[in-house]
Amino acid sequence: MNRITPQRAAIAIALALLATLPVWVGNSYYINIASQILIWAVLALALNVLVGYAGLTSLGHAGLFAMSGYTAAMLLAAGHGHFTADLTALVVTLFTTAVFAVLALRATGIGFLMITLAMGQILWGIAYRWADLTNGDNGINVSTRPAPFGLSLSNAPSFYYATLVVFLVAVATMAVFVRSPFGASLTGTRDQARRMTALGYNVWLIRFLAILFSGFWSGVAGLLFIYYNQFISPQVVALTTSAEALLMVISGGSGTLLGPIVGAAIVVVMKNVVSAYIERWNLVLGLIFILIISFMPEGLVPGSVRLWRAGWQAIRGRADAPAAEKPEAPR
Amino acid sequence: MSALQIEGLSKSFGGLRVTADVDLAVEPGERRLIIGPNGAGKTTLFNLITGELAPDSGKIALFGRDITHTPCRRRAHLGMARTYQIITLFPRDTILRNITLALLGLSPLRWNAFADLGAQRDLVDRARAALLRVGLDHIAERPLAQTSYGERRRVEIAMALAQSPKVLLLDEPFAGLSVDERRDVQKLLRAIPREVTVVMIEHNMDVALDLADRITLLHFGEVIVEGTRAEVVADPRTREVYLGA
Repeated sequence: MNRITPQRAAIAIALALLATLPVWVGNSYYINIASQILIWAVLALALNVLVGYAGLTSLGHAGLFAMSGYTAAMLLAAGHGHFTADLTALVVTLFTTAVFAVLALRATGIGFLMITLAMGQILWGIAYRWADLTNGDNGINVSTRPAPFGLSLSNAPSFYYATLVVFLVAVATMAVFVRSPFGASLTGTRDQARRMTALGYNVWLIRFLAILFSGFWSGVAGLLFIYYNQFISPQVVALTTSAEALLMVISGGSGTLLGPIVGAAIVVVMKNVVSAYIERWNLVLGLIFILIISFMPEGLVPGSVRLWRAGWQAIRGRADAPAAEKPEAPR
Repeated sequence: MSALQIEGLSKSFGGLRVTADVDLAVEPGERRLIIGPNGAGKTTLFNLITGELAPDSGKIALFGRDITHTPCRRRAHLGMARTYQIITLFPRDTILRNITLALLGLSPLRWNAFADLGAQRDLVDRARAALLRVGLDHIAERPLAQTSYGERRRVEIAMALAQSPKVLLLDEPFAGLSVDERRDVQKLLRAIPREVTVVMIEHNMDVALDLADRITLLHFGEVIVEGTRAEVVADPRTREVYLGA
């Protein structure tokens, strides 16, 4: 089982690059961009559980992301410790997710999308208008970053490493989840819900648990976000955030592990790097998205795999052309 | 005690009575054929029996146990399995994975989010055994998208058989099959042990009549004739409704 396959080699190289990133990037501006990519990738991976594996498209994930961020920020501002604030934030987010799920699961497809959109907008309204609670448009400052095991996370490389650890745990959890029997149950409800019921599965409960799982990781991403920015404002809760997360999942390739990560990288790089050179970076992002959807409707990662295989086969096919005439061995 | 007992079952869609006061008793091990012209309410009756639809009135009992209000998914756990007239499989998965999902549905393992499904030898072996029964084991790893219609029909049956049901409901298992494929499926259905009670809807009389112990003729949602093969075929009402005068 310890053979070196191209896939394992690629994972090892990717891990080595990620682990040494602050060394070869050097500049803390770019290290921070890498941290941002990882944070958004966690949110995109969480959303991907629903979009890719459950076949339920949500436009309310910014609400869950911000529910966690706001709860932690408010508790920190009130003088609570990081551990209490973060744990409470995750519990509150899970509870909110459960409410989301119970209401949204009355429908699938467009109905599900609209209900999640509506609930996301309600949370945005609370963040924006209920100023006594959320400080409205002024947002909430987060004065300090936590120092797990006494390690300060105040500079760019240390925060990057903390984010990387959380990100890798998220990816590993997703990888295990996707291969598990429960993961198979979930994709089954995506592809053939009616059959799944007849086979003895509780389709509603499977979807509900998947939404909770997704909500949990959205909450974790929300915590990383407030610690990175040390600030949260209603802008984060806005529909744009949900749409961007969805854009990451779809452009990278929903229903794959790598897709949402690649999608997060594209959007964050566009937002931060390209915007320094082109004022209308949104236009560039839109064009890229249109190109991806036109030529790789399944997303960048699965699309590239498809093109790579087709190209590889074209090259091999030419080389093997005389051999192809041999009859196939009987089975 | 009947394997499946239905009393006064009715279902209407708006003003249309699709199932009208149906009584039906299928004995354990029996092969029951349900026939009737298009729109007679055969598939609706199946959907009521499996719980995919809720009846307006009436009772359904499985081996003496009232299941009228038991959810569809629980009925699978009580030993009821079905196939669909319109093939209802998992198109993105392999044949083997389709069958594995059928087995997983009855296993507590289906809630496990940590194990590796591919490493569950017991489940995979049982799925392969089910495929052997329908003669598809040699293409177990083939994606469903690359299989023929006839093969998919057999996957439908294998999924139901894999669950080792007590009552098996087959909705037109011969639909759209070639003569050769029909013969294969016929052989396959004949090999089902008598511990399994089989209720089958079928249009194709020459293949289906042969398998049936008793026949029920439905017309406009009502049971018109019921009896042995010879009785139903000889009945003038059957000729009138179904076989053509």
